[in-house]
Amino acid sequence: MTTTTPTTSQGDVENPTDGPGPAGSPQAAPTTDGGAADGGRELTYAEAVRETLADLMDHDERVFLMGEDIGVYGGAFGVTTGLLERFGRERVRDTPISEIAIVGAGVGAALCGLRPVVELQFSDFVTCAMDQIVNQAAKIHFMLGGAAQVTLVIRAPAGSGTGAAAQHSQSLEAWFAHVPGIKVVMPATPADAAGLLRAAVDDPNPVLVLEHKLLYKQKGEVPRNHHVPLGKAEVRRRGKDLTIVATSVMVGKSLTAAEELAGEGIDVTVIDPRTITPLDEDTILTEVAATGKALLVQEAPRTAGFAAEIAARIAESDTFHTLKAPLVRLCGLDVPMAYGPELEKASVPQIPDIVAAARQLAKSGTA
Amino acid sequence: MRDLAKEPEVARRALETMWTARRFEEAVDQLFARGLMHGTMHLSIGQEASATGTCLALQPDDLITSTHRGHSHCVAKGADLTRMMAELLAKDSGYCRGRGGSMHIADIATGNLGANGIVGGGIPIAVGAALAQKLTGSGKVVLSFFGDGAANEGAFHEAANLAAVWDLPVVFVCENNHYGMSMAADEAFAIENISARAGAYGFPGVTVDGNDLQAVYEMVTTAVERARAGRGPTLVENVTYRWKGHSKSDKNLYRTREEIAAWQERDPITRFEDVVRKAGSLTDPEITAARKAATEAVRDAIRTANAAPGAPADRDLLLDAVYAAATTGNDGVAKKGVEVPA
Repeated sequence: MTTTTPTTSQGDVENPTDGPGPAGSPQAAPTTDGGAADGGRELTYAEAVRETLADLMDHDERVFLMGEDIGVYGGAFGVTTGLLERFGRERVRDTPISEIAIVGAGVGAALCGLRPVVELQFSDFVTCAMDQIVNQAAKIHFMLGGAAQVTLVIRAPAGSGTGAAAQHSQSLEAWFAHVPGIKVVMPATPADAAGLLRAAVDDPNPVLVLEHKLLYKQKGEVPRNHHVPLGKAEVRRRGKDLTIVATSVMVGKSLTAAEELAGEGIDVTVIDPRTITPLDEDTILTEVAATGKALLVQEAPRTAGFAAEIAARIAESDTFHTLKAPLVRLCGLDVPMAYGPELEKASVPQIPDIVAAARQLAKSGTA
Repeated sequence: MRDLAKEPEVARRALETMWTARRFEEAVDQLFARGLMHGTMHLSIGQEASATGTCLALQPDDLITSTHRGHSHCVAKGADLTRMMAELLAKDSGYCRGRGGSMHIADIATGNLGANGIVGGGIPIAVGAALAQKLTGSGKVVLSFFGDGAANEGAFHEAANLAAVWDLPVVFVCENNHYGMSMAADEAFAIENISARAGAYGFPGVTVDGNDLQAVYEMVTTAVERARAGRGPTLVENVTYRWKGHSKSDKNLYRTREEIAAWQERDPITRFEDVVRKAGSLTDPEITAARKAATEAVRDAIRTANAAPGAPADRDLLLDAVYAAATTGNDGVAKKGVEVPA
């Protein structure tokens, strides 16, 4: 049993970010000396995003940033701190509060050969920009018979845990997984925050990068010039008793739960799909088949969430025949996110919930 | 300002462009009526001077975004008629390989970034395209066509403001044809001129007789020069009228026959023919020849497009077409390695 990517700081509702404000010091990044991966270098998730943005802008003049308060303020979560000073107002563009225009301008600039990376201040604000994301960005390449590409990256902080209540805490990834033409990325570690962002900017398609706001302060090893291909799941931990498939912040929680379960003699695999579009179905099916038991963990509400898609893929494949017990979904409640800290905590799976669900699944069904 | 009617070659080309748009759409109307074309379409018959006068004010490599009522924009920007017709006939040789249809024709090579099925959807895209021109110092201008209906979409307001605060080289051309589907502009706006909205964003707005080719050309030329000089956007409102229904299902219940007939009396094409005749730059046979050339070009386009194979209904091909596979850039719009000033 191995843990491939240790997490040193578990994002949780007990340890929320301070809300809007810098996460991590501007001095810590960006660094761009290029070259080989050097082990042992730790960055926060926010620093990893910032360093990658800086590196991409350094190496490709087509890359520029747009978003609300990304300049002097450094972004609501401090991710772009220091980039304005380094790259100037032309390439780090503070915008009015106009999500349609921000995303739409990104689409237009992308059509003209640039590589805009736009930030939606909270992923909930995709609702304001939905036409440009769903009807324009996602469709243009197909609709125009392949004559154009929308090389647009949309970064958006997602998820709950900061006491921001129902309009600033959602996990809306399933909406976009349902729209052919846009890729959806959910980095769970600092290394993936860097590597998947680099892949997103390199990709000729629109990519929505859902960063989890509880992860911004999490530290982890980040190789320099890290690149993580879109569509490749990561086996975070391998065990023999059951397989957890978890996304975003639930990956770290599942790994912590796995350590606790190991103490009870329950040996757990943890799979992180990392990108839900494209989805690495093969790795998920293979790893579920290897244990014969599947626990699907997501923060988003249960009904029609992405875990349902994974469940369906398992059900319609030969992996179904390997199941020793019905698969289990552990999801957020089907409720708008509540404000109170205990209410919020009760609304999404916590580590003890994962431990309990895994324990029960381990005992159920045939051996 | 140049007088289009007095320059024989320009006048002939303008007439031929307007007649080509007219004949193309008449043909499309007939093909639908006879059940030879499927889907839906939105005709701009009666609005040809708006599209043509506007595009005459652009340089060949300037860019446009268009609308669901975009055939005349395509023609005026120089699109290939056969590929347009092939697209409407769902042929593999169509602009979108049969995947887009009437509402999604784009021709990146002639600077047409695409028609749009969403009212107002192209306006923010035009602003982003204009931002790209500014960042790359290309000197190109982007012009966004939209209708009166779009001026009540949030997209218009957000895009107009962003273009203004960033002084982007973009021209907004609102083709006020009096109706957003059945909704009369009189009822949808509490202001007399849509162009007045430009003032709220800090740039000029002008209202022009959109059936007067020369007037449209002059207003848009001024706006384009302003944009190219780095002085920001302008809103030009071309007041015009669509003779046909909103789409093929329209029974025209919201307007009178008399109203339609009155506007048909103000046909923008024959009106320009009269101007040309008066200017003496083209003879009557030459004017007739322009009409005839348009009719023949459309007939040829239909014949060639119709003979082409249909887009293959292959599921794997469709699935493969959703995502771009390689980073090849958007050819014809921007070159690789563009220089972005820091």
